Amino acid sequence: MTDQAYNFAYLDEATKRMIRRAILKGLAVPGYQVPFASREMPMPYGWGTGGVQVTAACLAPEDILKVIDQGADDTTNAVSIRKFFERTGGVETTEHTAEATLIQTRHRIPEHPLTEDQILVYQVPIPEPLRFLEPRESETRKMHALQEYGLMHVKLYEDIARHGAIATSYAYPVKVEGRYVMDPSPIPKFDNPKLSGSPAIQLFGAGREQRIYALPPYTEVVSLDFEDHPFEPSKADHACDLCGAAETYLDEVITDDRGGRMFVCSDTDYCTGRQAAGHRGRLSPEDAA
Amino acid sequence: MDVALSGGFARPAEHAARAFRACLQAMARPGRIYPVTGAEPPAPLSPAAGTILLTLADSTTPLHLAPSHDTPAIRQWIAFHCAAPLTGAGTATFVVGNWAAMQPVDRFARGTADYPDRSATLIIEMEEGDPNARLTGPGIETAIDARLPEITAFEANNAVFPLGFDCYLTHGDRISALPRSTRVEAL
Repeated sequence: MTDQAYNFAYLDEATKRMIRRAILKGLAVPGYQVPFASREMPMPYGWGTGGVQVTAACLAPEDILKVIDQGADDTTNAVSIRKFFERTGGVETTEHTAEATLIQTRHRIPEHPLTEDQILVYQVPIPEPLRFLEPRESETRKMHALQEYGLMHVKLYEDIARHGAIATSYAYPVKVEGRYVMDPSPIPKFDNPKLSGSPAIQLFGAGREQRIYALPPYTEVVSLDFEDHPFEPSKADHACDLCGAAETYLDEVITDDRGGRMFVCSDTDYCTGRQAAGHRGRLSPEDAA
Repeated sequence: MDVALSGGFARPAEHAARAFRACLQAMARPGRIYPVTGAEPPAPLSPAAGTILLTLADSTTPLHLAPSHDTPAIRQWIAFHCAAPLTGAGTATFVVGNWAAMQPVDRFARGTADYPDRSATLIIEMEEGDPNARLTGPGIETAIDARLPEITAFEANNAVFPLGFDCYLTHGDRISALPRSTRVEAL
């Protein structure tokens, strides 16, 4: 039941129009960060205010919404945002990737392949990939305009000089259609290959930094690298201890104070689905149904 | 009832949300055609073009009516439903008209190197016809054939990427889009 005190999906119509125009310009210039007049939302910055505004602007009454926080459907952030739109939009929600029409995500891309009928909305903390190299907005804007991305390669090279390999493991910078260097939000670099050529629309919202950017479907997204140090998506070298999956991104869970640990799929819906289908891992309970 | 007062969204939040999803899908997948409904504007403004305006235009977006669509009835309808200020070609966020009336299109804002988003969106009213162009680029898996009002203007628009204007093509209650990122080739 929609909370009648609010407009559909919380935001007023003028705000939604402003966000919608920004999203469309973002799609027209893939990877370019479109400034928008981010609103105060009833949650603190860092909790997905950008993603929530993009979701609110895109949401239709027929949508089935899924929200994940680092792959999990059952964490505070994900549960709160789902409830927020249940209450202000009256939309259905789900935990199953395949059922969802709109997925808001914090720092993961679902393991289940996305389809043309889905929209993926990322929560972004720092949208500017060059920000930690150059703090001035006026300068980074010029660097994007001139495609002056040498500094980013210097940073990756310094990783190699210091650690022998590119040590950046999340928020790994990408180049979109050979033009804009983009921050894919703090997804693990394991997820980077899924950005490219996705059939789904991918939208990125940064509330505090007031930026929206987008990847249309079937857009070429290349992770930056060097010929002699090619990009390698990485994950923990284990199989999931609950469902046995060997090809998913894993979370390490400390289980006691004597060095015990387990590795489980970060995507809870994918892991649950595999367990329901009968897959078992190293630590699966014997009697699990 | 006065034509200027009727023909808006019956339920603004829901109708605008559905119409935006069509606009979103169209802009994300250039060349594909999507139905949009909700607005019933005075002719010659098509329901599709009227719906795009109700969904995206408001008092903060200067609108340019090309001569083909600059009629008192349309002016009144827009004043009542969108409140978009009417303006000249160079300062418009949205432009509505048929292709011939929009010429020359190099008058429209195409953004700056620092802010390529500060560019016009053209809503081009189309006649029906067979595809005359092959589109490739972001949003298109391999290639798609589409009907464009001409070829060279859109080749030139794509050549100045990331600058350029973006277009919606409208006919009746259907829309498709042609962002500046799309590469255009004559069939």
